[in-house]
Amino acid sequence: MATPLIGARVERKEDYRFLTGAGQYTDDVALPRQTYAVFVRSPHAHAKIKSIKKDEALKAPGVLAVYTGEDLAAAKVGGLPCGWLITGTDGQPMKEPPHPPLAQGKVRYVGDHVAVVIAESQSAARDAADLVQVDYEPLPAVVDASKATQKGAPVLHDIAPDNKCYTWALGDKAAVDAAFAKAAHVTKLDFINNRLIPNAIEPRAANATYSRADDSYTLYVASQNPHVERLLMTAFVLGLPEHKVRVVAPDVGGGFGSKIYLYAEDVAVTWASRQLGRPVKWTAERSESFVSDAHGRDHHTVAEMAMDRDGKFLAMRVHTTANLGAYLSTFATCIPTILYATLLAGQYTTPAIYCEVTAVFTNTAPVDAYRGAGRPEATYVVERLVETAARDMKLDPAEIRRRNFIRTFPYQTPVALMYDTGNYDATLDAAMKMADVAGFPKRKEEAAKRGKLRGLGYTCYIEACGIAPSNIAGALGARAGLFEAGEIRMHPTGSVTVFTGSHSHGQGHETTFAQVVADRLGLPIESVDIVHGDTSKVLFGMGTYGSRSIAVGGTAIVKALDKIVAKGKKIAAHLMEAAETDIEFDRGVFKVAGTDKQKTIGEVAFAAYVPHNYPLDKLEPGLNENAFYDPTNFTFPAGSYVCEVEIDPDTGVTKVVKFTAVDDFGKIINPMIVEGQVHGGLTQGIGQALTENCRYDPETGQLLSGSFTDYCIPRADDVPSYQLDTRETPCTHNPLGVKGCGEAGAIGAPAAVINAITDALGVRDLPMPATAETVWKVIRANRKAA
Amino acid sequence: MHAFEYHRPSSLADASKLATKGADAKLLAGGQSLVQTMKLRLSAPSDLVDLNAIGELRGIKSDGKTVTIGAMTRHAEVASSADVKKAIPALAALASMIGDRQVRHQGTIGGSLANNDPAADYPAAVLGLGATVVTNKRRIEADKFFKGMFETALEGGEIITQVSFPVPKRAAYTKFKNPASRFAIVGVFVADTGSGVRVAVTGAGPSVFRQGDMEKALSARFDPASVASVKQKADGLNSDLHASAEYRAHLVTVMAKRAVEAAMK
Repeated sequence: MATPLIGARVERKEDYRFLTGAGQYTDDVALPRQTYAVFVRSPHAHAKIKSIKKDEALKAPGVLAVYTGEDLAAAKVGGLPCGWLITGTDGQPMKEPPHPPLAQGKVRYVGDHVAVVIAESQSAARDAADLVQVDYEPLPAVVDASKATQKGAPVLHDIAPDNKCYTWALGDKAAVDAAFAKAAHVTKLDFINNRLIPNAIEPRAANATYSRADDSYTLYVASQNPHVERLLMTAFVLGLPEHKVRVVAPDVGGGFGSKIYLYAEDVAVTWASRQLGRPVKWTAERSESFVSDAHGRDHHTVAEMAMDRDGKFLAMRVHTTANLGAYLSTFATCIPTILYATLLAGQYTTPAIYCEVTAVFTNTAPVDAYRGAGRPEATYVVERLVETAARDMKLDPAEIRRRNFIRTFPYQTPVALMYDTGNYDATLDAAMKMADVAGFPKRKEEAAKRGKLRGLGYTCYIEACGIAPSNIAGALGARAGLFEAGEIRMHPTGSVTVFTGSHSHGQGHETTFAQVVADRLGLPIESVDIVHGDTSKVLFGMGTYGSRSIAVGGTAIVKALDKIVAKGKKIAAHLMEAAETDIEFDRGVFKVAGTDKQKTIGEVAFAAYVPHNYPLDKLEPGLNENAFYDPTNFTFPAGSYVCEVEIDPDTGVTKVVKFTAVDDFGKIINPMIVEGQVHGGLTQGIGQALTENCRYDPETGQLLSGSFTDYCIPRADDVPSYQLDTRETPCTHNPLGVKGCGEAGAIGAPAAVINAITDALGVRDLPMPATAETVWKVIRANRKAA
Repeated sequence: MHAFEYHRPSSLADASKLATKGADAKLLAGGQSLVQTMKLRLSAPSDLVDLNAIGELRGIKSDGKTVTIGAMTRHAEVASSADVKKAIPALAALASMIGDRQVRHQGTIGGSLANNDPAADYPAAVLGLGATVVTNKRRIEADKFFKGMFETALEGGEIITQVSFPVPKRAAYTKFKNPASRFAIVGVFVADTGSGVRVAVTGAGPSVFRQGDMEKALSARFDPASVASVKQKADGLNSDLHASAEYRAHLVTVMAKRAVEAAMK
């Protein structure tokens, strides 16, 4: 009937409400008898709490309550759990220190939660928060992971006297050592993957209410996965029955990972709503977001690549120290391990890889997944090494990649993953053509005439999306399932409501998922609405992270669609007095094969709900199906990026003048939305490479980059107009052939930018972010050396 | 934000009286710095005296020799003024580089000068052009106006009413922006007044300052090459998360050279 919707540039259904101010975010939710919470946060990076005096605050106008860690402990409120257990090389489980929602006895980072003040208005609560008198005994602090493991460093948690959470390893160490022993050349780099602050446009927020009528709670929260939030909060922290808690993540303004986790504030307001018998709302100020949202990255890595005479990779050895911050955030422990070391094969046939990771506690905000989550760090390691190896070996950087590309699929890497499909030559060839790599020498010459240094750098990245399957993840330490759930509700008159456990907070699911359903059922897209983000409506969900939504959530929907079609065939067979095996279904129409007899999906749905002419003896009425889908494997998007920069040698300013990205995301549902995702990802990746840097004072542990005047996220005029294209090798193990696209840009861009800058400057390495001063210093050192 | 008394006088005299009445009264011009510090609770004035209803504080006049700008004139008005563009294009260009679009439509020249942020742009133009700051009490030469970090010659109850810029022979402002805040890490205003050259540097030090060595070199010969070899000392310059003192010192020379190039175009 209609033209295919899958693959069409359908305008986003959700944009009307977003662009006209009709979105409903957590802070927009105003409940009767609303109260407001403000958190008292630690001004110290590390200190003993000697006493907390609430009296003055409690006397302040409008104040209803002040709660501290002692109150929560007395009420037996548990600590915030970590969702992934890592087992170390010594066979011991990771050190899992208590993570009380409000500090007990000690604070461990600037911004740590000390007390919550609840009042009739936000300003009353804010004023009273200043009146809570906390007597601190400051302790020495450590913010650098490498320093935290040294003898004599301040100790954060008694159970980890060396501040190490775990030392973990992946790969065959003996095979790697043997390969290095016979290598013709070894390229080695030592670098920092800079710490980032996520900065979603909507700050975190929570609004909880308790009903004594049925002893139930409702929590509105800016979250990427409401069901997981409910599971963790009820089972591990508050000890509540799950069916008495509803969690709603309404419109959410971006997350980038930072809203996956169960945070102290969510727990505190939920608990307090029952104490007060009134709804309690908290919305982060931007300054609070900077200090208290989970940060990203922060690795120190030494990486080596062993090669034969022809630049064929023989082995890779990687040692990483990962900063986890002061406490374990929900998925902190799997990011620098399971989602990092497993990606170190990249697009290459490197036969032996060994990676050892030491994860460390420091007096900084907790670190967890941030757009890419482990995979940008891995790609940075691989692609900086590969590019540097090419320069060391006097090989063209594209050529050394081609000499090592994986070309036979499925491919088992030495770091646990099995790539199902890919065509790395196709994306590299297309990217080089589109970027006009052949014309680069001329452009470089022309730039030199203008006094500018021009450089070109590549990334050929691999990504693993839709972490799965649950049983293998469980064996690796996951404490949750990794499936997704979906439900298709055909209404009697032929429109459809789709319920998904995936959560959209900017990705455009309400459009892409509707495209999939409307396409399959042959309905106009206006007849399909997507419902997500409410545990009382959606049957279950694991939420959105790791670019999993279309590959896992989308597949669950397709599985439910299959059941709708299967049941529809039975109904259609009855209506047309044909055998079920003779019914064919195509885009909303059931046909009797070889005849002109047909019934539309709308007619079938009507018959299902008004079952006058219906096989009631064999079939239940109604047309409503759900499905749970647990993938058999990850999906493996891949691509090739070419970055071209121009540097002003007088100031050190780097301008990204050209950025070409050719990605293989498998089948694409909506190219426009995919391009938007790539634009955003690339911009964040360029931000990491050039401008973004979370800095703590090394002595005091104060956050120095705690505002937008000090933490530089890139603006539109900091990035070029991107040149994008795609190549397609459909995923082999999901019905849509999709792979995921949300994080690719942020994964691939940093190495491409730094490869281009090092090319322009003729240096081996320089630290991220390559700020103007950093680049200027390198140029000056070069000139002195020359 | 803490609570405060809000006043909106319609005359300069009333404003001046109100400014000294409250325990810790502050004048509100464009509010682009003050309101932010109040929201962060870093500043808690007892009274806020809003100058936005005083019509006489706004407007731009030019007589060919002097450009006079009312204290409450917005940056965007200066940036787009045909009179300013004609008489002192460098001043219009400077105004167009301040902050972002929202800031330029709200922020005022008087507010910027009274605040004297070490990284603000306007102080460079005022000092570079040898302008005169006119208040409700007196006329203050630029050389005597800027006293140090966030410090000026203004006294309690004294309100800037206008700024009078002599039209130079040629001038230019170049700015090395902080990529995050868009304030000046280093901004250099170079003006060939006809009777000598003035070079004012903002962003680099605790307060805007004149670069005497560069002025001497340029007065002898107004050419980029004249300043290219003049080195700014790093001692006493700002050093922070965004730029070290030595990098700022280096940028002073680069920006000065580019300002001279621009002025000669």
